[in-house]
Amino acid sequence: MSALVEICDRVREAAAHGRALRIRGAGTKDFYGQALDGELLDTGAYSGIVAFEPTELVVTARCGTPLSELEAALAHERQMLAFEPPAFGEGATVGGMVAAGLSGPRRAAAGSVRDFLLGAAMVDASGQLNRFGGQVMKNVAGYDVSRLLCGSLGVLGVIAEVSLKVLPVPAAQATLSITMSEADALRCLNEWAGQPLPITASAWHASTLRLRMSGAAAAVQTARDRFVKAYGAAEVAPDAADAYWSGVREQTDEFFAGEEPLWRLSLPSVAPALVAPGRQLVEWGGALRWLKTTSGATEVRAAVRGVGGSATLFRGADKSAGVFEPLAAPVAAVHRRLKQQFDPKGIFNPGRMYPEF
Amino acid sequence: MNAPQELRHADITAAATPQRQSEVVARLRAVLDPHCVLFREEETRPYECDGLSAFRQLPMVVVLPETEAQVQQVLRICRDLDVPVVARGAGTGLSGGAMPHASGVVLSLAKLNRILSLDPLARIARVQPGVRNLAISEAAAPFGLYYAPDPSSQIACTIGGNVAENSGGVHCLKYGLTVHNVLRVRAVTIDGEIIEFGSEALDSPGLDLLALMIGSEGMLAVMTEATVKLMPKPQLAQVVMASFDDVKRAGDAVATIIAEGIIPAGLEMMDQKTTRAVEPFVKAGYDLDAQAILLAESDGTPEEVAEEIASIERVLRDAGATAIKVSGSEAERLRFWSGRKNAFPAAGRISPDYYCMDGTIPRKNLGQMLVAIEEMEHRYALRCMNVFHAGDGNLHPLILFDANDPDEWRRAEDFGAEILEKCVEFGGTVTGEHGVGIEKINSMCIQFSDREREAFFAVKRAFDAPGLLNPGKAIPTLSRCAEYGKMHVHGGKLPFSDLPRF
Repeated sequence: MSALVEICDRVREAAAHGRALRIRGAGTKDFYGQALDGELLDTGAYSGIVAFEPTELVVTARCGTPLSELEAALAHERQMLAFEPPAFGEGATVGGMVAAGLSGPRRAAAGSVRDFLLGAAMVDASGQLNRFGGQVMKNVAGYDVSRLLCGSLGVLGVIAEVSLKVLPVPAAQATLSITMSEADALRCLNEWAGQPLPITASAWHASTLRLRMSGAAAAVQTARDRFVKAYGAAEVAPDAADAYWSGVREQTDEFFAGEEPLWRLSLPSVAPALVAPGRQLVEWGGALRWLKTTSGATEVRAAVRGVGGSATLFRGADKSAGVFEPLAAPVAAVHRRLKQQFDPKGIFNPGRMYPEF
Repeated sequence: MNAPQELRHADITAAATPQRQSEVVARLRAVLDPHCVLFREEETRPYECDGLSAFRQLPMVVVLPETEAQVQQVLRICRDLDVPVVARGAGTGLSGGAMPHASGVVLSLAKLNRILSLDPLARIARVQPGVRNLAISEAAAPFGLYYAPDPSSQIACTIGGNVAENSGGVHCLKYGLTVHNVLRVRAVTIDGEIIEFGSEALDSPGLDLLALMIGSEGMLAVMTEATVKLMPKPQLAQVVMASFDDVKRAGDAVATIIAEGIIPAGLEMMDQKTTRAVEPFVKAGYDLDAQAILLAESDGTPEEVAEEIASIERVLRDAGATAIKVSGSEAERLRFWSGRKNAFPAAGRISPDYYCMDGTIPRKNLGQMLVAIEEMEHRYALRCMNVFHAGDGNLHPLILFDANDPDEWRRAEDFGAEILEKCVEFGGTVTGEHGVGIEKINSMCIQFSDREREAFFAVKRAFDAPGLLNPGKAIPTLSRCAEYGKMHVHGGKLPFSDLPRF
């Protein structure tokens, strides 16, 4: 409890003196977002799983809980975080996972962090704890402030505790590899997503499409046979498959190596293959495309906006062109007013999301 | 004008003067066809309530814009004249969220009822707010797709209302709520500006305003368009019906199914009062000796369903089910479901009126909750039927009463409020899917602290600075909660119960 009191005190103190705080779990996602500014507020000490009842499919954990600890506790009960959040390093915390709002390979099939967030406790700008949402699946009491905190990069308050919906680990799993062009892969992935197939991850890179199927043993078996017969798919050995998906999720796969900036392109899944210089890896049935390129931000953004998507400079040294896609004027106005309402003195992670707040 | 935003227009019943009405009507008629502006009592009467008819209020004016541009004009006029606006879909809501404001405009979106596009490859549909929930699935059916959230009122309710309430349905344990199935919402702000939340990609830049907008009960902006996700229709669905001689045991059986790693497409429970009430009308073949009946549905490919149904059957048998039936045909599956789907009308046939509650609790407390409700039935001298979305802990107790007897309605209201209080006590919520509206506004005082409610007002101010969108709903003011706290009966006891009263 004292760790929480300390966080609240630090916030009150910062607010009193109008000093900025840089909220940090383990710092594994320090690379993500705009500039890091303010005195370090380490949330790591406020740690631990508060409640986990497998039959309720809900887990509640404090912000400093290591993601690895949470995932191990779930795995022990044959459950999981279905959105497969990337840790991006040792010690990544639950608070950071929610603040970053990033999801992994299963996202297109299962949903994102925000889809599984049921409730959150937040330390507000006056240093007090507020609870939004709850521990139940269905809850429409009040505005959905807990989901608003997902991906907020800590600009509205300190995420202190979260409740998440968890799911059972699928009974069976198989990964297949199919040789095909990007255009064919995009067309096929969209067609397959409209059919009752147990696809839970996809990744295309360098003429190879990898597909993961999970679910009931019979469903996985039937789908596997179909892909082998119709597309000449080859099965990837389970260990190699796990290593591959982990490499995509944690960006340790060799695709992510190299000095060029890494762009994260979020697009409608049916958007055509992007003609952009550089290398690409396509995930989420076509809806997420990673681009390693030295092209300028203007060029990348124009190409992505043309197909109704947005581009984030995910990893790159020069952030002067802006990490996140600029917002439309009415949306930006709501952002400014929300920030003003939640954090009138601008103490929480100023400039981490957009330079102006 | 200097009063705090949340207090302005908070009195929903304060009627406008005839002069004010004429002024507003004249301005609205300048931008809308005369047949789209209703203000005579006989025209506005049908709008006085939504699906919760116990709460009624005649509006000053009703408008039915036919285009998004007209919605913009209406909102600009309302902003200009400082007139409250209550957006309305099909009026099937069950919390009085669309109950009018006496000096306000009801903004009906019924005429914005077109499916703008449906892309089977991208599995999305762009729809206007007045499109009926079921109409989306009907339009998607030829492509083997459907829109997953299926509130019981899906034949009539509209997607605009679903977005406003974050509607659920019978299948949301597996397929999610509205918030999980809507990609993008286009709306008009109180300033008459177009604003878009989300996009047709899975992630959008900035804060997740889409999540805020969904379930915001028409208080942040007025939706004019949405892009919804479509999913492949499961090839097959089958349902297991199990009888239990003890309600608690039925609740435990639900937990056991989940513990086995099974997420059924639907998992519903009815108590004996419900099965006995519905059986004469639906003839579903329910076991009327059972204290509770569980319905567990599996869907997917034939192989998946066969595997899952076998597991469910085994688990239920081990959990002490006294009888088990598995639907052998689509007709039989629908018959098993018919009682659950018709529980509300059945309540209407055995009682002059019924009051449907909508709390959610952690499932493990189901048994205790039922015991508590039974005790309340005696104390309030009213009957209560219990139907649950058992998979997600969402309860729909149906309190039976006669509205012609004012004391019965008062008792029903208190009974309902006490159930909701119990839900909060058990770590749940006062509303799972029907919304707060006007009905549960006092219960919000119990679930949230002053500071938390202030945070909701902060959100409201960020979207609707003048406080004109559906004022007086969903979030109670400090003074309202203080007033409620004073008179609030806790667990059947008034505060300071040693003080003499009345």
